[in-house]
Amino acid sequence: MFRPKTRYVALPSPRVGVGEEIDRLTCPKCDTSLEPARLTAALGVCYRCGYHFRLRAPERIAMLVEPGSFREEDQNIIATDALGFKDSQPYSKRIEQSRASTGVNEAVTWGEAILAGQPLVMVCLDFAFMGGSMGAATGEKITNGIERALHSRLPLLIISASGGARMQEGMLSLMQMAKTAAALGRLGAAGIPYISLLTDPTMGGVTASFASLADVILAEPGAMIGFAGARVIQQATYETLPEGFQTAEFLWQHGMIDLVVPRPELPTVLRQLLELYATNGVAKDFDLQPRAKASAPTPAVRG
Amino acid sequence: MTDNGSIAAATWEQVELARHPDRPYALDYIHAIFGNFFELHGDRLFGDDHAIIGGPAGLDHRTVMVIAQQKGRTTAERAMRNFGMANPEGYRKALRLIRQAERFQFPIIAFVDTSGAFPGAGAEERGIAWAIAENLVALAQARVPILTLVLGEGGSGGALGIGVGDRLLMMEHSIYSVAMPEACASILWRDIARKVEAAQALKLTAADLKRMGLADEIVPEPSGGAQNDYGMAADAAGAALRRHLATLEAVAVDRLLEDRYQRYRRIGATS
Repeated sequence: MFRPKTRYVALPSPRVGVGEEIDRLTCPKCDTSLEPARLTAALGVCYRCGYHFRLRAPERIAMLVEPGSFREEDQNIIATDALGFKDSQPYSKRIEQSRASTGVNEAVTWGEAILAGQPLVMVCLDFAFMGGSMGAATGEKITNGIERALHSRLPLLIISASGGARMQEGMLSLMQMAKTAAALGRLGAAGIPYISLLTDPTMGGVTASFASLADVILAEPGAMIGFAGARVIQQATYETLPEGFQTAEFLWQHGMIDLVVPRPELPTVLRQLLELYATNGVAKDFDLQPRAKASAPTPAVRG
Repeated sequence: MTDNGSIAAATWEQVELARHPDRPYALDYIHAIFGNFFELHGDRLFGDDHAIIGGPAGLDHRTVMVIAQQKGRTTAERAMRNFGMANPEGYRKALRLIRQAERFQFPIIAFVDTSGAFPGAGAEERGIAWAIAENLVALAQARVPILTLVLGEGGSGGALGIGVGDRLLMMEHSIYSVAMPEACASILWRDIARKVEAAQALKLTAADLKRMGLADEIVPEPSGGAQNDYGMAADAAGAALRRHLATLEAVAVDRLLEDRYQRYRRIGATS
């Protein structure tokens, strides 16, 4: 019988759950046997030690936005096997399997929603779909989301969970870094706020592109965040890595993120940020090519 | 040997040529192509990274800004250049040069030659991902023409961190990949020995990138590879750079930026 990986938790999600009811769940951090109902009530945070279980994209969206307000876009964009890539199985088959086992069509889900009374564009990655890796379809959906925020003058929230670029799409994957970054460059120049939430794990080309390019960067406690993986670093340098290396707390200490936010506090923090950044009206000097008129960088003008 | 096997072997030959220890490196091209190169040092934040070099240089009757990944040839120089793998300081120095190029309206010429950004604890502590991401935006928005030429290895985000521009040129035996074959084999199979298979699957040769529409031009190398005749390789590279630069300089800057945006926007677009 299908048994979900213990690092995920199935919350009562309207459309997609991880699978069947789980009767026993063990916290990978404190080894406590957890009651699913209590864990669900705690938003997937271990009620003993505070370990944050990974969440599926639909669960996360349902947890944050006003009920019924999420309007999903690009649901039918599906990855294609442009390279004819084959590892232990053909990539096309891997895509099919991932779609079947996760119930989503790609590693990212996006749409417009209302959060704390504020309409916004929400983009959410899903680690369960091929490790949340960014292929061409993933990058396309993310960029569509960014461009929607730009054209509709809506604040942008991206929730990341990804191992990085998707190997099976080669250079087409790598170029999604440039594509998403260029779109965010336009968003930033237009004075539209972008909040990034980094969750476990956020690595590689995703950290080195859209995930780190936000006005405000938040992270969940204990999330692994970085560029190169610890294994790769150890193999390359034989360095002894410090305790807590690449955790959200480690990155906060090094000035890379603004705040580590426990999951139950996330709605409050997002509400506060949206109030501060969107109160004066988003992007009053909206311009598709904001830097076209001056050679010096245009300062963001707020109401 | 199966047909597939011989294709894989041919691909691997390209990988080895791209990494050939006698292959000309960025400074070899720079001294051959430009009249007057003045290397600038330091990111003004933390240090100077010798894996990424750069500065203004003369090309015909104009000044360009050169940004390049530099590998070392002797053991000592290899260590000094960190095998061409840059730390955040390298990318932040590049950012400083991008801003300066914009201020003085110098076209940017970037030479890519790295197996990737440096995987080190210090690089992570100082935000290597942040540094690369910031360059992607800066290059996308820089209001000057940008040419990228891959000399040998184009490795992953570490290459892209100085590699966004208006044209992507590749030396005939260079490669450019989302991950080096060894890393890809390690990720997919946890077995570095399957690097040859990975190299073929990744479609990383200059010819592959041209076929996929990602590279604009392949710069021919002397017979057997650029290591056999530095002068000939540099002449071919210089000629291609001059030709593309002349084309780009004729384009109004707003149009240039819109074209650059669309260049990346259309990769993987569904409509």
